[in-house]
Amino acid sequence: MFGLHDTATVDTGGDYYSLQDYQSAVPRWCPGCGDNTILSSVQKLCRDEQLPPEKTVFVSGIGCSSRFPHYMGTYGFHSLHGRALPIAQGVKIRRPDLKVFVNTGDGDCCSIGTAHWIHAIRYNFDMVVMVHDNEVYGMTKMQTSPTTPKGIKTNTTPKGAFLDPLNILQATLGISNVSFVANVVEWIPEVMYQVLQEAYHHKGFSFVRIVQRCPHFLPSIFDPLLQDPNKLLLLTDERGLKPSDDLRKIYKNERPHDPSDLDAARRIADEIDPMPIGVLYRNEDVPVYDEIRRATRVVTHDVRRQALDREFDRFAVDLA
Amino acid sequence: MTPDAGPNGTAAERKVLTLKQHVVEIVSDSGEGAQKAGQAFGTISAKMGNGIWTVEIIPAEIQPPPRSPAGASGIRVRIGSKPVTNMGDEVDLIVAFNEQALLGRLDLARFKPGATILLENKWRDHADPEIATAYGTTYARLVEEGYSVIEVPMEEICFRYVNNPQLGKNMFVLGMLCAVYNRNVDFARDTIRYIFRKKSQKVVDSNISLLNAGYEWALEHIDLSFDIPPMKDIGRQIVVNGNQAIALGVMASGMDVCAMYPITPATSASHYLSEIFENVGGVLHQAEDEIAAAAFAVGASYAGKCAVTITSGPGMSLKTEVLGLASMAEIPLVVVNVQRGGPSTGLPTKTEQGDLLQALFGTHGDAPKVVMAPATIEDCFYSVITARRIAEAFRMPVYVLSDANLATGQAPFPRPEFHAEWVAPPIDQRPVEKDTKPYDWDQKTGLSPRLVPGQPGGMYAVTGLAHTDSAKVAYTPDANQEGSRLRSLKLAALQRTLKSPTLYGDEEGDLLIVGWGSTKGAIEEAIDRVREDGGSVSALHLTFLQPLAPGIGEILKRFKRVMCVEINYSDSLEDELITEENRRYSNLSWLLRARYLVDVQNWTNVHGQPIGPGKIEEMIRENLAVLQPA
Ligand SMILES: Cc1ncc(C[n+]2csc(CCOP(=O)(O)OP(=O)(O)O)c2C)c(N)n1
Ligand code: SF4
Repeated sequence: MFGLHDTATVDTGGDYYSLQDYQSAVPRWCPGCGDNTILSSVQKLCRDEQLPPEKTVFVSGIGCSSRFPHYMGTYGFHSLHGRALPIAQGVKIRRPDLKVFVNTGDGDCCSIGTAHWIHAIRYNFDMVVMVHDNEVYGMTKMQTSPTTPKGIKTNTTPKGAFLDPLNILQATLGISNVSFVANVVEWIPEVMYQVLQEAYHHKGFSFVRIVQRCPHFLPSIFDPLLQDPNKLLLLTDERGLKPSDDLRKIYKNERPHDPSDLDAARRIADEIDPMPIGVLYRNEDVPVYDEIRRATRVVTHDVRRQALDREFDRFAVDLA
Repeated sequence: MTPDAGPNGTAAERKVLTLKQHVVEIVSDSGEGAQKAGQAFGTISAKMGNGIWTVEIIPAEIQPPPRSPAGASGIRVRIGSKPVTNMGDEVDLIVAFNEQALLGRLDLARFKPGATILLENKWRDHADPEIATAYGTTYARLVEEGYSVIEVPMEEICFRYVNNPQLGKNMFVLGMLCAVYNRNVDFARDTIRYIFRKKSQKVVDSNISLLNAGYEWALEHIDLSFDIPPMKDIGRQIVVNGNQAIALGVMASGMDVCAMYPITPATSASHYLSEIFENVGGVLHQAEDEIAAAAFAVGASYAGKCAVTITSGPGMSLKTEVLGLASMAEIPLVVVNVQRGGPSTGLPTKTEQGDLLQALFGTHGDAPKVVMAPATIEDCFYSVITARRIAEAFRMPVYVLSDANLATGQAPFPRPEFHAEWVAPPIDQRPVEKDTKPYDWDQKTGLSPRLVPGQPGGMYAVTGLAHTDSAKVAYTPDANQEGSRLRSLKLAALQRTLKSPTLYGDEEGDLLIVGWGSTKGAIEEAIDRVREDGGSVSALHLTFLQPLAPGIGEILKRFKRVMCVEINYSDSLEDELITEENRRYSNLSWLLRARYLVDVQNWTNVHGQPIGPGKIEEMIRENLAVLQPA
């Protein structure tokens, strides 16, 4: 820490987790890949929140973005294409002590994992979900994704994608029990960090769509957003994004938005240009599935024996 | 016990026939309560100390058209003087609520020549002439075929007691059966009180009066009486069906999480579990689909105690990718497949044993897993407990292959006593020594201790990618070879702990019948019958299908012919194009041939019915005749 010789480290008075505690392997993403900046932000969040690494689990599916858990110094589960959400739910169901994060791609979450995505919103487990939306399939080498803009050429649509992209913010906001929806771009770390922090503190299913650069396959697709600050609209609120003055100097497009207003959130989700950034919706009152289904009693052997005896007796036939 | 005393103490003079066993069926349109009456009849008989086996007769549709042969719904109850292990063969006595449902059974089940038929007669004078004619024609046919048909004015009498006799006549039927079979009427009343325990006293009373009415009517009008002497000193028994036994097994095993998606015939296990699971802190999670259910269970297992997912064929197919992940990542998991007829939607309500090879090999790549098959209702209970222990000790998925026959079948077994060692110890949350590897494989057995989130110092990322012992993605060819070797060795390590199976019958001889799963009772009954006549036939029933227990190869070689009996499809050499070269064998036959290089024949069908002992007996006799020409 702080570049000091290790004989001269400061006694921090107990377990203080440093950034290194959240780092494991060196990421193998392409240079300039937005996944790198997401990783840094998340590691910083873990450090700032002082999450015990052993009590933190990152679950992912399959894709470039889903390599994420391998680079965290926490527990992790790099699972199957599309299935990160039900696995994360299983992790959480009997382990309220664990902090659960999910990293998933736009294909992983919104194509092969669609059923789980929709239902995960409705279950509302307490977890943070980051959709790394690079608008393309990276891992399998540039096929069209549900979020690929119409006309973009990919290896499966050489003449350009046929359909308008799926508006995943709008879809998410349309599901019953939705409790937290945010949108960020990974190349503004301050914004991403603030929003992820709000997501972390929200109790429920915190859905953060992160617009992520894939310089390897779509090097220029986000150029307009990157080059023209007016293409972004900052949604500001005490319970959402609170941009610094420095940031405000660059991104002048700003709108106060009350994140408890679902109708407003849905209208905003429809606004593509400029792209809304910040917390669109937030509702702490939605019941949380892992709390609804929490075990109500401590089960000793005696409790189990009694419960079983009751059942056995119910079906017992005593010989007269 | 005063079997002859009717509700009014009026016992008719009847000739009493003492029997070793009898098969009774009650058939009706769906929703007329035939199953409830049959189950009660079974329970009463079990209470009296008789062996019983019940099989539900289920139409494929929820609400098939009334009065249709295909819609026959109901139940078969086989009662015996000894423990009953299967559904038996021919029906001795049938109660039918309409003649069309009866025809449905006449085509499917075999009726004993001269069998007794108790038939609702309200159709005879039905206002719709078509119905009246259909009834008359069928009646005439049955009489002509030599059945002893007794027409019963069921609804007419029930109408004196209740407004809607269609809903009450099942208890009238129960009363008749109690009279005919000399059942203890007090037990019958107790059973009715239990069935309607959540209903008002009025409902209980009217059902008891229906029972009494049926009883009295039978005493007066049926001069037939059967006595099936009970067993003595069999201890306390419980009567549940296979799915309930599985649910109880889950609860007894200490598992906390069951994730499922509804599918016949597995769902009723989850219905029952959802009633009782929370009493032991468990959670039954109905996921959005089977893939999610399996993934949810894997996540729960990874983070704590082994979890279970329960399904049937189509759901099993969907779960396959996740089960491969559990095998690769070495996450314990119990998977119950209550098999039904396949492929595709197949025979949703009917029994089959067609998923064995899927269980063994149905994953892409090499994904070792344990496969067990309960053979009895009792096994359904204990196999889940065993499966949980193996899953955790060997860090792999364990499949329990039940089937539709066990799922709804009921047979008594000794009331279990809970043992603390059935349950897993609390999950380990102790700090992990520095540099402990998440796959610290023992080089001989492939076994390694499991790290669970929450353990300080144990942090690692589990992955379904080929990986090293540190759970790092394997980038060298050797790492994948090594991981595959160690995962496979676990099955060998388990195999070394298994006992060699015991034979039913002699240690060597002419014919060996090999089976697995729910066919055990029928096979062994068939073997008994043939052996009584001196036939040289034995049976081998396999509980572990993967790994196969030691010693099986030696056993197979001690018989002149080995024959698998299974409920799944196999080619017949009688088909013109089928030759020894292109013939497709039954599931187990494939497996045994490949494993032991023994010529294993098979005798199978996919009629969607449990196989009765009589058909197996015929087949055995035919085979013995060839092996031992007179
Ligand atoms: C069942 C299954 N189907 C297909 C694949 C191949 N596959 C791996 S990643 C991927 C798409 C990844 O795209 P995305 O989720 O957007 O993540 P990215 O790589 O762009 O981060 C596909 C199709 C797979 N692994 N499993
Ligand atoms: S292909 Fe794209 S998404 Fe994948 S690592 Fe490279 S830049 Fe990132």
